[in-house]
Amino acid sequence: MPKKIALHPFLFTGCWELRQMLGRSAGDERQLLEAIEEIPLDSVYYHTHSFFLRHKYIAGPYPNDFATWAAIQVRDRVLGEKLGVLDPYEFKDVESLRSAIVTILEEHLSRLQIIPRVIYEEPFHFMQSRIIAVSTGLESRTLTEFREMLASVDASAIYYHTFEAILRLGRRKGDFAIWIEEQLDLPELAGKITRLDPYMTSLESIRHRIIKLCDEFLERGAWE
Amino acid sequence: MSLLDTYREVAPKGTIDFLQRLAETVRGRKILHINSTRVGGGVAEILRGLVPLLQDVGLEARWEVITGTEDFFTATKSFHNALQGQGQNLSAELLQTYLDVNRKNAQELSLEGDYVIIHDPQPAALILQKPGGGRWIWRCHIDISHPQRKVWNFLRQFVVQYDGAIFSLPRFAQRLPIPQFLIYPSIDPLSDKNRDLSAQEQERILNRLNIPRDKPILLQVSRFDRFKDPLGVIQAYRLVKKHHDVRLILAGGGATDDPEGEVVLAEVRQAAQNDPDILILVLPPDANLEINALQRTATIILQKSLREGFGLTVAEAMWKGKPVIGGFAGGIIVQLVYGVTGFTVNSNEGAAFRIHYLLDNPEIMTKMGEDAREYVRGNFLITRHLGDYLALMHYWGS
Repeated sequence: MPKKIALHPFLFTGCWELRQMLGRSAGDERQLLEAIEEIPLDSVYYHTHSFFLRHKYIAGPYPNDFATWAAIQVRDRVLGEKLGVLDPYEFKDVESLRSAIVTILEEHLSRLQIIPRVIYEEPFHFMQSRIIAVSTGLESRTLTEFREMLASVDASAIYYHTFEAILRLGRRKGDFAIWIEEQLDLPELAGKITRLDPYMTSLESIRHRIIKLCDEFLERGAWE
Repeated sequence: MSLLDTYREVAPKGTIDFLQRLAETVRGRKILHINSTRVGGGVAEILRGLVPLLQDVGLEARWEVITGTEDFFTATKSFHNALQGQGQNLSAELLQTYLDVNRKNAQELSLEGDYVIIHDPQPAALILQKPGGGRWIWRCHIDISHPQRKVWNFLRQFVVQYDGAIFSLPRFAQRLPIPQFLIYPSIDPLSDKNRDLSAQEQERILNRLNIPRDKPILLQVSRFDRFKDPLGVIQAYRLVKKHHDVRLILAGGGATDDPEGEVVLAEVRQAAQNDPDILILVLPPDANLEINALQRTATIILQKSLREGFGLTVAEAMWKGKPVIGGFAGGIIVQLVYGVTGFTVNSNEGAAFRIHYLLDNPEIMTKMGEDAREYVRGNFLITRHLGDYLALMHYWGS
């Protein structure tokens, strides 16, 4: 029999990204490669993971800053596509992700006679993230409460409990799915939330998809 | 209802509550903003909106303005131009005046605060008289991507004494031994320039301006300045006109105190060649409601700048749910997500091509306008600006 009321409530935490500039830029793909090898991990994180925090409402044409720059600023769509299919959440940590990006860049450049560079457009400017997490004060104990709060909470909480949680916990399962499984005893719903691919979409879209899944379970009704 | 609560309808869902929680972490702290003018200019406009919001969420926020002599402002105007890349010669006397005026202001103003935000170069040397305690941050609003080195090196000696610096675009970052943060400027969605207008209000304003509404309208709102490329806009309009019966409105500020502005305005009038479908409107500086109504009635909005600081007119246009075609310059490129919230272009032909494309695809135009408004809601409203300052204080307070 599934639990109706969680022993431990779900505490919604939001976050704000303070953006710090490194004062370093790349005008061609070789410089991009060299910089990626040297920049702090917080900078790799900024240009890959927290890209999603900056696209709360609208998904960008490419899902990270490196791919976007290559495709749109350098107009090298081949590199843009290669970097664009990288899912940062498939890597156990940011250092592994950095290695994968470096490998893609090295392989790509090894096949070229001329290093692609920006001509009219913008160099790549390296940044780093300072993520500030703050409790929203919202606590849910039932699926109904969870669904209602999820519908109204700041979109940064979706980022914190899905994208950021994957990195924080080191497994491809966010805070929402863990709480629903462990506290509400709803492994089926938790599994469906885990299987949602947050990649290539916006935080608002993820919010709507989780709410829809919750609604489907709530409509069954018997357990709450 | 608190001041921040009045933004609940326009801010992203949940953001007001989150800002209040974020503010609780720094409540009671003292933040002091110092700039060089209380009226006119983008900095004063931002502070007029931001300081009351900081007070509203529980900070002891103050806004002080330095005073100076004519020589001082001559020096700082030269700084401004030199930092934006123009050749300037600053005499040793003018540099001394700059330092003297800053010293005098430091004696007259109370510089106490947990966070002291110094805006732009004019009061930058106040850091020399910094009292003990507090974080001092230099907030630069101008494009210093290609500064004249001599002037930047003079200013740099003060900047490096700050705890951090804030710039409006990544490309403005400098080689500095202090942390540099990125904070975009913002628009106030409740101001006259951006608030919702009723249909009657809009109608009344457009009638007063004699704007016919019988054809799709292409609009550019900007000073009559070569960097805003009004002649390029006319050329793009002519290319589009071969296929679409459109009207072009070029609306800009008065040119009375700007000799070059008058020259450019004359060139624009000549280029228009009495085409009845090109309307040139010279608006007074406080024509906020007029700009608002024009943007709301336009079909496509252009900001075809060749050089630009941040170009907040793009965010203003996007907030009205309009697709924007902008020049590849300054902050326009961070506001227009290519093909999603608008298009950046590098030529008159590019502008014409994208106008043509949008007019031929009204459903894409509608979707782009909707996405543009949402993008501004999340990234360029004053509520985000408030959050950035709270986050910065939290970062340094923790």
